[in-house]
Amino acid sequence: MKEPLFHIVKRDAVPWWQAWLVRIGAVVAAILACALVTVLLTGQNPVDVLLTMADGAAGTPRRLWALAQNTAILLCIALAVTPAFKMRFWNTGAEGQVLAGALSTAACMIFLTRFFTVENADGTVSAAGNVWLLYVIMIAAAILSGALWGVIPAFFKAKWNTNETLFTLMMNYVIIQIINYFAYQWSVPKGSGAIGIINLDSKIGWFAELFGQTYLINILIVVGLTVALAVYLRFSKHGYEIAVVGESENTARYIGINVKKVIIRTMILSGAICGIAGLLLVAGTDHTVSRETAGGRGFTAIMVSWMAKFDPLVMVLTSFLIVFLQKGAGEISTQLGLNKSFSDILTGIIILFIIGCEFFINYRILFNFGKKTSGKEVKTL
Amino acid sequence: MENDCMEEQRIPAIELRHITKRFGTKVVANKDVSLSVYYGEILAILGENGSGKTTLMNMISGIYYPDEGQILIGGQEVVIASPKDAFQYRIGMIHQHFKLVDVFTATENIILGLKDEGRYDLKKARGEVRKIADMYGFDIDPDKKIYEMSVSEKQTVEIIKVLYRGADILMLDEPTAVLTPQEAEKLFAVLRRMREAGKAVVIVTHKLHEVLAISDEVAVLRKGEYVGTVPTAEATETSLTEMMVGKKISLNIRRSEPKDPEERLIVAHLSCMNREGMKVLDDVSFTCYSGEILGIAGIAGSGQRELLETIAGLQPISYGGIQYIRPGSGIIENLRDKTPLEIRELGVRLSFVPEDRLGMGLVGSMDITDNMLLRSYRQGPSMFLRKKEPKTLAERIVEELEVVTPSISTPVRRLSGGNVQKVLVGREIAASPTVLMAAYPVRGLDINSSYTIYNLLNEQKEHGVAVIFVGEDLDVLIELCDRILVIGQGHVTGMVDGRTAKKEEIGLLMTKGREQK
Repeated sequence: MKEPLFHIVKRDAVPWWQAWLVRIGAVVAAILACALVTVLLTGQNPVDVLLTMADGAAGTPRRLWALAQNTAILLCIALAVTPAFKMRFWNTGAEGQVLAGALSTAACMIFLTRFFTVENADGTVSAAGNVWLLYVIMIAAAILSGALWGVIPAFFKAKWNTNETLFTLMMNYVIIQIINYFAYQWSVPKGSGAIGIINLDSKIGWFAELFGQTYLINILIVVGLTVALAVYLRFSKHGYEIAVVGESENTARYIGINVKKVIIRTMILSGAICGIAGLLLVAGTDHTVSRETAGGRGFTAIMVSWMAKFDPLVMVLTSFLIVFLQKGAGEISTQLGLNKSFSDILTGIIILFIIGCEFFINYRILFNFGKKTSGKEVKTL
Repeated sequence: MENDCMEEQRIPAIELRHITKRFGTKVVANKDVSLSVYYGEILAILGENGSGKTTLMNMISGIYYPDEGQILIGGQEVVIASPKDAFQYRIGMIHQHFKLVDVFTATENIILGLKDEGRYDLKKARGEVRKIADMYGFDIDPDKKIYEMSVSEKQTVEIIKVLYRGADILMLDEPTAVLTPQEAEKLFAVLRRMREAGKAVVIVTHKLHEVLAISDEVAVLRKGEYVGTVPTAEATETSLTEMMVGKKISLNIRRSEPKDPEERLIVAHLSCMNREGMKVLDDVSFTCYSGEILGIAGIAGSGQRELLETIAGLQPISYGGIQYIRPGSGIIENLRDKTPLEIRELGVRLSFVPEDRLGMGLVGSMDITDNMLLRSYRQGPSMFLRKKEPKTLAERIVEELEVVTPSISTPVRRLSGGNVQKVLVGREIAASPTVLMAAYPVRGLDINSSYTIYNLLNEQKEHGVAVIFVGEDLDVLIELCDRILVIGQGHVTGMVDGRTAKKEEIGLLMTKGREQK
């Protein structure tokens, strides 16, 4: 008679510190696994590889700032998808909502700058005194367009119960084509198909440097957003409604929550924050727009949000981790002459361990050694 | 058994030895269960809701794997690690919820997933199905599509499916829960024929009269523990109840005379459709009075849920009206086509304990305090939540209703059924309702928790609340309610006085709706 070697049973709730212990253990195990794979596949010293990774991500002040800036943008988009996800509205359209925000920010910079400039004696232009109004318009345009791109699928979901996953995903392709169109229309020089840096000389519409740091404004805005969203989700009536709708639509109806209204309102919020991310990308870092502006972060953000179990504060950690891994992995491929794919393998291993360890937090594996008749010989992992 | 000389060394079809199954460390669904089923016999497994009957069946059919103990088939120890293994040992399980493909015909469903050597031969299969149907007296059209079938026909398909696959050990989980008494009788006839054909049949139920009517032996479970097996011939309803609940119970629910009853809720000619466009309520009219408990009796799925949900504003009404009469002033409010929020904003204090506690009444992942908030979170002009009052309320309910919980910040999903219900009923009563509706409020609860709930309902009645109680246990309805409204297939089939009504009389009324059709 063949007895199965093990079977799986559900665990009771484990205390939070135990859960975190498992997670830390998973990271350690992931690093060991990475080392092993490195030795086996490349013969390189695994310690060198890991050190190179850390160096690539945070080895110099410049790299540190870039790390912080990239973390901030990814975090911002992860924050954006979170309210929708908590409501079990699978917004896979963050990429497009970010692009919508980015496109309208760029449009404002391209077409409205001339209303906010004065011509200097030497023929150059510089910002007029009322240039703050341009920033207000840019912010409003980014938020509105992101929100619009988010609310369209929400409206269809609320009204006709369309599938939001597909709808939001398709909206990404629509905005990409729109950007392709305008990238051609507005290209400099005309016909090149790329917009290029907007206001390269006057820097009008660009976010100012703060204490000599280009990215500090971006980072501070995202810090503010993180706190605000954490408070909104945890302590506000809206946040409570989102949680109830996400857990059980029936319960929501039962206590008189207007589910449709909550879906639409939350997607406006989700899209608006994506729009802000687009603003930060165009006005804060890139100063141009293309179909690559969001760079797939609209999808990476989904993983960031999930790994943090939709907690904005934990997302700081998870988004940092992902960006760190990406930057570090990129460094390995250049420094050690390894294939770019190899760094992806390492990133994959680490993420697999981190996500996989959740299984061991929720379940136990019982091994069946020997006969079960006495019942005492069952070992527990 | 007919064959006396075989009596000595009869080998059981299935023998369970010391089976234990735990969920987490606290919940023991089955503890040290040992029992045997023989070919040519019908074994009834009897137990209250939540006594572990279904878990036990799932272990035999390979859905769960036991933590401890052994399973023997025909005297050989076996490992059943998957439904496929179970099928290999010729075990056929008929689940409470059918697993059929709606757009396929009966025959297509029956042969679905079978790995036959030969070609896909629908004609041959149809013949086989007919043969099985004739042999056991099933009434079935092999070419009828599942979505056109009644519940009882679907069940027939499920049974033929396992027979077609050669099962000679059949297990049926609560097979009569969705059947009318007539349909149940038909099913029993089939089961008896299977017994004669030498099959081993296990029927899981919590209905005593069924056990007595059909089984040869009864195995009783109580709270996951195996109490014992008795030959049915030697058992009576009283002796089985004693085994099931541990001690002899006479219900003895307190019932006071309604004090100054006045009309509170008038339901007139109410009709509504379900999502599929079928009429689930048809011309239902009744009046609820303050200070009384109105019972609603009926076979499961006769429109009870829809009735309460239409009153609560959760289901669209296709015809008819619901009127609420304000206490004191006597002003009439029309509740038809109002959302739950609009009803509350009118100042109508309508409390509702829905059947699906964690799916509708509460949010399972939230703690007790946050579940109190469900009713009150809108209060106050601030955009932020105020948790102070709900927290006090949560503490009060935990203390007064003796809710067993590690703390008020434990997610309610982790509480036992009885404690979940106390939290829900406690919250609904704390809203000081004038109308309190409760759907199956004691389902799955142990005797003590059930009495806590009965007492709470009685207290509300004495405070002048109009209480609507949807129940399934007729004994409880008769002892608790002042009047009992009986519905069958969405029709009102009778209104009886709880003090004089007989169980048989209500039982008869329950089945009437179908005959009218």
